[in-house]
Amino acid sequence: MAELIYDETGRLLFTEEMRKEYTILIPQMLPVHFSMMRQILEGYGYNCETLGGNPREIIDTGLKYVHNDTCYPALLVIGQLMSAVQSGKYDKDKVALLITQTGGGCRASNYIHLLRKALKKAGLEQVPVISLNLSGLEKNPGFKLTLNLGIKMLYALVYGDLIVLLANQTRPYEINKGETDRMVDYWMNKLVKEFESGVKISKKKVMAKMDEICADFAKIAVTEKNKTRVGIVGEIYVKYSPLGNNNLEEFLQNEGCEVVVPGLMDFMIFKIYNREVDVDLYGGKWIKKTICRIMKNYFEEYQQGMIDVINKYSVFRAPGTFSHLEHKAMAYLGAGNKMGEGWLLTGEMLELISDGVNNIVCTQPFGCLPNHIVGKGMIRKIKDDYPESNIVAIDYDPGATKINQENRIKLMLANTGKMKQFVKPE
Amino acid sequence: MKIRVGIDIGSTTVKVVVLDKNDNVLYQSYERHFAKVREKAAEQLKKAKRFLKGAPLTVAITGSAGLGVAKAADIPFVQEVYATAAAVNKYVPQADAVIELGGEDAKIIFFRGSLEERMNGSCAGGTGAFIDQMATLLNVDAAELDRLSMDHEKIYPIASRCGVFAKSDIQPILNQGGRKEDIAASIFQAVVDQTIAGLTQGRDLDGTIVFLGGPLFFLKGLRQRFIETLQLDEEHGIFPENAQVFAAIGAAVCSDQYKETTYDSLISSLENAVTASVVSDPMPPLFETEEEYRLFTERHEKATPAVVNIDTYTGKAWLGIDAGSTTTKIVLMAENGGILYSYYNSNKGNPVSVVKEQLGIIYDKCGDRITIAGCGTTGYGEELIKNAFRADHGLVETVAHLRAARYFQPEVDFIIDIGGQDMKCFKIRNGAVDSIMLNEACSSGCGSFIETFAKALGYDIATFAKLGIFDKTPVNLGSRCTVFMNSSVKQAQKDGASVEDISAGLSISVVKNAIYKVIRAANADDLGKHIVVQGGTFLNDAVLRSFEQEIGREVIRPTIAGLMGAYGAALYAQDADMEKTTLLTKEELKNFVHTARPVTCNLCTNHCSLTVNTFDNGRRFISGNRCSRPLGKDKSSLPNIYQYKLKRLQEMQGTGNGTGARGKMGLPFGLNIYENLPFWYRLFTELNFDVVISPVSDRKTYLLGQRTIPSDTVCYPAKLMHGHLQQLIDMGVENVFYPCMAYNFDEGKGDNNYNCPVVAYYPELLAANMPDVKKINFMNFYVGLHQPKEFEKKFAQHMMEIFGIHKRETVQAVRKAYTAYNAYKEEIRTKTREYIEYARANGKNIIVMAGRPYHIDPEINHGIDELISSFDLVVISEDGLSHIMDKEPRKVLNQWTYQTRMYQAARYICSQPDMQLVQLVSFGCGIDAITTDELRDILEAGGKLYTQLKIDDISNLGAVKIRIRSLIAAMQAKEEK
Repeated sequence: MAELIYDETGRLLFTEEMRKEYTILIPQMLPVHFSMMRQILEGYGYNCETLGGNPREIIDTGLKYVHNDTCYPALLVIGQLMSAVQSGKYDKDKVALLITQTGGGCRASNYIHLLRKALKKAGLEQVPVISLNLSGLEKNPGFKLTLNLGIKMLYALVYGDLIVLLANQTRPYEINKGETDRMVDYWMNKLVKEFESGVKISKKKVMAKMDEICADFAKIAVTEKNKTRVGIVGEIYVKYSPLGNNNLEEFLQNEGCEVVVPGLMDFMIFKIYNREVDVDLYGGKWIKKTICRIMKNYFEEYQQGMIDVINKYSVFRAPGTFSHLEHKAMAYLGAGNKMGEGWLLTGEMLELISDGVNNIVCTQPFGCLPNHIVGKGMIRKIKDDYPESNIVAIDYDPGATKINQENRIKLMLANTGKMKQFVKPE
Repeated sequence: MKIRVGIDIGSTTVKVVVLDKNDNVLYQSYERHFAKVREKAAEQLKKAKRFLKGAPLTVAITGSAGLGVAKAADIPFVQEVYATAAAVNKYVPQADAVIELGGEDAKIIFFRGSLEERMNGSCAGGTGAFIDQMATLLNVDAAELDRLSMDHEKIYPIASRCGVFAKSDIQPILNQGGRKEDIAASIFQAVVDQTIAGLTQGRDLDGTIVFLGGPLFFLKGLRQRFIETLQLDEEHGIFPENAQVFAAIGAAVCSDQYKETTYDSLISSLENAVTASVVSDPMPPLFETEEEYRLFTERHEKATPAVVNIDTYTGKAWLGIDAGSTTTKIVLMAENGGILYSYYNSNKGNPVSVVKEQLGIIYDKCGDRITIAGCGTTGYGEELIKNAFRADHGLVETVAHLRAARYFQPEVDFIIDIGGQDMKCFKIRNGAVDSIMLNEACSSGCGSFIETFAKALGYDIATFAKLGIFDKTPVNLGSRCTVFMNSSVKQAQKDGASVEDISAGLSISVVKNAIYKVIRAANADDLGKHIVVQGGTFLNDAVLRSFEQEIGREVIRPTIAGLMGAYGAALYAQDADMEKTTLLTKEELKNFVHTARPVTCNLCTNHCSLTVNTFDNGRRFISGNRCSRPLGKDKSSLPNIYQYKLKRLQEMQGTGNGTGARGKMGLPFGLNIYENLPFWYRLFTELNFDVVISPVSDRKTYLLGQRTIPSDTVCYPAKLMHGHLQQLIDMGVENVFYPCMAYNFDEGKGDNNYNCPVVAYYPELLAANMPDVKKINFMNFYVGLHQPKEFEKKFAQHMMEIFGIHKRETVQAVRKAYTAYNAYKEEIRTKTREYIEYARANGKNIIVMAGRPYHIDPEINHGIDELISSFDLVVISEDGLSHIMDKEPRKVLNQWTYQTRMYQAARYICSQPDMQLVQLVSFGCGIDAITTDELRDILEAGGKLYTQLKIDDISNLGAVKIRIRSLIAAMQAKEEK
């Protein structure tokens, strides 16, 4: 059995030896993306599992181990991990937990620490926690985000964004039920196989592959695309995770809407760009700024590539670029507004509106600090500038009920059609 | 056109309307459905049979709980807002906006310009259910509440955000003898404030407004508050004669686009529609068998004091009175601890009259055989009752409960008491209370909460509780606050949960709330080995059972669980062994008269709402005060750094060393300006600006900016900023400086030096939400004071661009500003040392009030510093101590400067025997969800007590007082050891 080794601060490390023996548990957020990333990790010799589980049990475990006033995503992520460790499915001495660490002034940076506190509370201090981050925050000898692995992750990110976008634009209109989801599975498997095959992947190949994916999705037989489009923005976890938002996408689809969910790529670029902005605002080394700029450009190239591919297909609508989004947001907030989703969230709302998606659900955990400002705080001004916009802010929380949330979303949806007849001129 | 029927199914009521072909209302009804939705709807339709029978008709259902019924019965459904809008469009075409209050929803619709609808968020009272809850609290029904409100003399500020908050505001006013008339009107005002603040969210509410929904229809007093607050005349404030059924009318109006049906088929489709009944994830039952229940009750019946017959007993007796928040408990105890007489009942909103009556009965029963040798009082109304009846001892609750618990289990190491309104838990170490946990204002899942539900479902509490005992499938309702619980219950009902499931589920929720939210325990060992549970709520066997199940350990519940406070007070009186009691004699009691009069104290800017109680021969008792001045004594003159800092900062305005030639520069006096004012003041005066800070906050500051607050769950200090900025604008200050600051100063003690997101970016929110900001030059650009060189450069650039100030001049000023800021910090540290020396020289204990720099704002801390000071304690703050200890790694990411200071201060005081820490936490502070646990860990590891005070716009100090006094009692107990 692997020896437990600690670093100088007393943090339990994930060692080389553990890598062979341990199963790494990963909380779920974006099923398509995470599933590919997991399989990539497995290709590197890690035993990984992305978690599911009964929502009620996850919430209850979260409530038990995390301060109840902490934000809902922390509660869910930690609840999911803790209930998995305690489920009896895994050997408690041969399991490690993986959690992302973003850094920044939002309390979300504390998730990893709260997870360790929870483990301690449960008497599971032997379970190592791996931080997945781009900032070099915590390092582990047995888990290294090598350049090669990193690039593959980037591919998974791009492919994931593309597949989700195409699926969202196709699924509501598919004539043969289930065809879209089958296509999603087909491509996920195919892509992963290619990662595993070890064939060298280049940007050019990625672009060609994306073209193929688009072509395949375009072949799915659909009806006329005339449903009400509803955008979803918000705190990253509740925005994407069905566990976090009570299956919001499914609900909207059942209400007869097409959902528009901005991708993960913008968020990644946003986090890189923030470092560059910090140097501009508060000073710092030009080298740091340069490295960030290079990374940002690299990511943006892929984003642009994806947009160009999508634009070849008239049946699909491509998202805007990061810089377009930034440009829009700067009329509302400063570039320094970087905690949580920061100005990106406002930018996403504006981008959706400029794309004709006036109906937006702005999701956040109850009491989310950055969203007071960048979510709820900007709706008034957006409404003044774009009277057509129709935004509802929904809070998510272990105690908030679906019925309450759905009533509010329905109210927003009611505003999309017939209500207009009652409007009076200024 | 045909006969049209509209059915509105809301959270608590069903409304049915029948319209004739000329849009006249032929029939209307409005009834509570007690969760029996379809039956109620069919019943009402049957009453309207004479209008419906025979003719073809159209029908539509609307309402928040209507969709399920509509689907099951295959009746067309119309979204409620659409229905309301359709009705308003037809009957009040000139309307610009609609305000509709329902059972649990509050809505606003704007018609003018761009259509906008808003609904109350998930954390919001201000609805019919809220009013019902408040009426229950006053022991009246809604109609009586309404009648009372018409005779009000004054309005108390009551937290309007959430029912639970309002409750904790109202309770102390009640217990201190406030008039019900005034409270009733204050409740309505709270609803009005909530509606305006929570729903308009920055949009102006003007033009013609239509008021709809049951509460606004039935409650004249509520209407009156809206009219006065919005200054409406008859033309602009419209209250339709059938406002309570307006959505149903709308549904009827909309129904004509759907297919025809007949009366018979309508009734049959409603009656035959079976809503699918699936309770998702039920929990294990409380008892598997009746035998199990029998053993359980037998075990608990053993913990009981002797019963002594009052009619035969001769000798001394001691009286204990626990004037709790909703109930009054009285115990008369014999020499051997046996109970001669006990009383447990609602205080009916007037504890004094209840005690008077009971005392009379007791005196009668005692006759000449029994002598009352002493009397102790405790609970919320302790002081009032003590003064009214001249009791011998007043005890803080924790002390009374510990005394009683020890009678049943001398080795007790953990007590949990769940009463009507509060939940108290304390650990006992070495015979003294070691740590106290009380429920926070936002998690009061207590006794009255189950009671309110029982009533809403048409049961009394005892029957309701019994229903859950043998239930097989308790429903999982989560463990949050009452408001959330309401909708959880609603959802469970919709899913087909039975009343039994809900009863058992509620009991389990109360317990989970206590264990995980209040105590924050992960397992039974976190509690203790010898646990005594008490409080009226534990008399409910379902609650007791689920508590034992949840912690997996047997506990002791005395049979007098509900009387423990009173029993403890009686035991305390016996321990004191006094020669003679001062209690009012039988004769004095006969002539006892009590009047209560509300007044506003004008001795300082706090303007406390006082209640002056007068008893028979002119004895007076004043309550509601923060300091001792209204009692005719001097204000405490002990050192109090909160007062010192506030005074120092207020001096920082004007032209300083400069000429003021560049005109006025306004700074809103809130959030991080409290920290950085010494810096900005020096900087701008050096640049020859005349610095103007907005006046120190009061309630009016909040109200002034209330309408422009977009997020009702943000912390109160942030909400106040709207008022501060508005004041500066109204004062005609053209330049206002309020920078965004993602980073704070780096004091070298943490992992990073952030501000919280709200402090960091609130200036941007103000700019986006306050229309008047456009009138001024509002400077909210980003600055980073932690990088002096860079800041100097950047700031000089800004000053150059905005005011054309030469860069060199700005750079000089910036350097002086840094010096001034550092000098101010040093000054606070020096003062702190002085205060500590003073305390030690004079034998006083020291309280470190740890919070944020802006917590010195008296509107934010509600005078808690003065309250603490009045208990003969010296008050210092965390920033005067945070530099002492070296940096040490923490278990959490220690990345916010203000929070780092608290950790530092906590670590320091662990080595100081005469210091204790009290943490002020603003409600809604996300960061403090992390710091509270960490601070508790630091303090408890260092052998210190941890006391947390949650503060919001609440201005009543009842609960705070109990905590402070408990802390003092615990400190004394420690000292005695």
